[in-house]
Amino acid sequence: MEQVVANGLYLGAQYALVALGLTLIFGLMNVLNFAHGQMYVLGGFITYAVYGQLGLPFVVAVIASGITLAIIGGFMERFLFRTVIRRSHREESTMLLAAATAFFFDAVILLIFGEKQRGVPKIVKGVFNDFGIILPYDRILVGLLAGAIILGFILFMKYTKPGRAMRALAQDRMAAQLMGVEVNRYTMIGFALGAMLAGFVGGLLATITGINSGIGGPISIKAFMMIMIGGAGVVSGAIAGGFILGMMESVGLTVLRQYGDVTYLVIFAALMVFLSIRPNGLMGKPWG
Amino acid sequence: MSISRRIIAVTAFLILVFAVIPILIAVSGRKDFYYTLSSVALLSMASAGVWLTFHIGRINIGQGAYALMGGYVSAILVMSYGVSFWWTLPLAGLFCALASILIGLPILRLRGVYFAMVTLVLTEVARLLALALPVTQGAKGITSIPLPGAVEVFGLTLVPDFTMMENPRIAFYYLSVALMTACFALMHRLVNSRIGHICMSLQQNEELASSIGINIAQIRVIAYAISSFLGGLAGAVFVAATQSVYPSSFTVADSINFMLNCFLGGLGYVFGPMLGTLVLYFGWNLLFETGRFQLLIYSALMIALMLVLPNGLLSLGTLRKER
Repeated sequence: MEQVVANGLYLGAQYALVALGLTLIFGLMNVLNFAHGQMYVLGGFITYAVYGQLGLPFVVAVIASGITLAIIGGFMERFLFRTVIRRSHREESTMLLAAATAFFFDAVILLIFGEKQRGVPKIVKGVFNDFGIILPYDRILVGLLAGAIILGFILFMKYTKPGRAMRALAQDRMAAQLMGVEVNRYTMIGFALGAMLAGFVGGLLATITGINSGIGGPISIKAFMMIMIGGAGVVSGAIAGGFILGMMESVGLTVLRQYGDVTYLVIFAALMVFLSIRPNGLMGKPWG
Repeated sequence: MSISRRIIAVTAFLILVFAVIPILIAVSGRKDFYYTLSSVALLSMASAGVWLTFHIGRINIGQGAYALMGGYVSAILVMSYGVSFWWTLPLAGLFCALASILIGLPILRLRGVYFAMVTLVLTEVARLLALALPVTQGAKGITSIPLPGAVEVFGLTLVPDFTMMENPRIAFYYLSVALMTACFALMHRLVNSRIGHICMSLQQNEELASSIGINIAQIRVIAYAISSFLGGLAGAVFVAATQSVYPSSFTVADSINFMLNCFLGGLGYVFGPMLGTLVLYFGWNLLFETGRFQLLIYSALMIALMLVLPNGLLSLGTLRKER
């Protein structure tokens, strides 16, 4: 049982980090970023290139992933999403754009890095084995790093000027603009930040599960589920959703093993029942 | 458009799809176009369903689930119970419509991205169910489904037996195009009817619509059921044409494509899904020549198109009028 909880916590920290980036972009711009999983994969491959191939330190590689993705995210917002939102009659049109960018990233990743599963050398060796828990040290380290990044993100949103501006934007765009918040600039920063988080978690997880060009889509679906559980556009909701999904997956894989591969079926079904009772997730705003 | 011009347009369309295209194919000898064009016709039917849910202001990424469900219902009825293919067509559609009423009652209360994400998850649920249930035979799928038989009324053969033809693809082409024509004619009628205008009011403001006495819950479920009926019907014909169905026959990617077809054609136009499907399907196949750059060019073109025409291809016509 302790093992299940430990696995769940470790998975949850990763998932929460993925969901945070998605929910930030959603909260600021009302854009459902289909390309989030692909951004994660890109981050993983950059870490693979910098740490696995060039042999630079792991920390440098993860930071490189984050910064590259932040730049890409900033450009995406400035030149793609902003233009389409301005010109289109209906808000949903951004979904076609998001899906197209997801395909585009898939194609770029496939062309540059190929379709092979890639792994990198372990960052720390050894296995933690105590209190009935068996967990490799690198997983613990990655889990802790993810936790630290989440904490840093919360503090950033809470106590800095850009963080406050972004929270105001998410609450009420018009009011924030009237109070003198530079809407365009902070939307761009927010998008870049969301993309950066995806880059970070991709880099972190590349050391454990390896990275593969085909996993972008499934990661996006998982991230969508997390923000549905927690409520879209809310930071605390994304973290809660991430940990809940991580825990459910960990428990489900243990309890339901004898019935075959049905964990995700059960999770999906539970999610649909849950959403019909609480349409806005745990802490989401009404209206989505 | 005046009535006479409308009649001319409809006749021109019918002559084009039922006479001109088969003649062109016969002249050019590209028999494979029969299959491509019937796929386009079927996929555009499913997209028309998605378009109807867009019309009530919901983003539907779950059409793949109903297409898969319709395909399996038809395949199981034909294989296990020996029902004629022609009976399974309406049965598959009705089964999907019933299922969508049960699923839709709770989830149609969701809005915006929540509905979009739940329907996306629904597609995954359908695939996983098809893998897990015994009746669908898991990952092996159902294969070598017999071709549709003849339809006879009082000894008069309305539709000849598909197995007796030298090229059943041609028969499937006529079947799909006929279904597509009927589907879009009905959609056009529906959208310009009272119900269509009520749907439009739902898209703009549900509370306001509800306050003037519209039963919004009922209208939502009806629109969603019609949408799923079309999805199931398209899935059933598709499965019959390929003679096989697997859990991966319709996946999340297909669901997303159905949605993209609507966006590309234009959300404000009934015939948007038809044009969108045609352009996306042929665009993808034409780019096959470019080999490994296929996806790159395809997605780059899609982004460019979105930047230039964010309201869909059919908005070109209105642009010209505005000038």
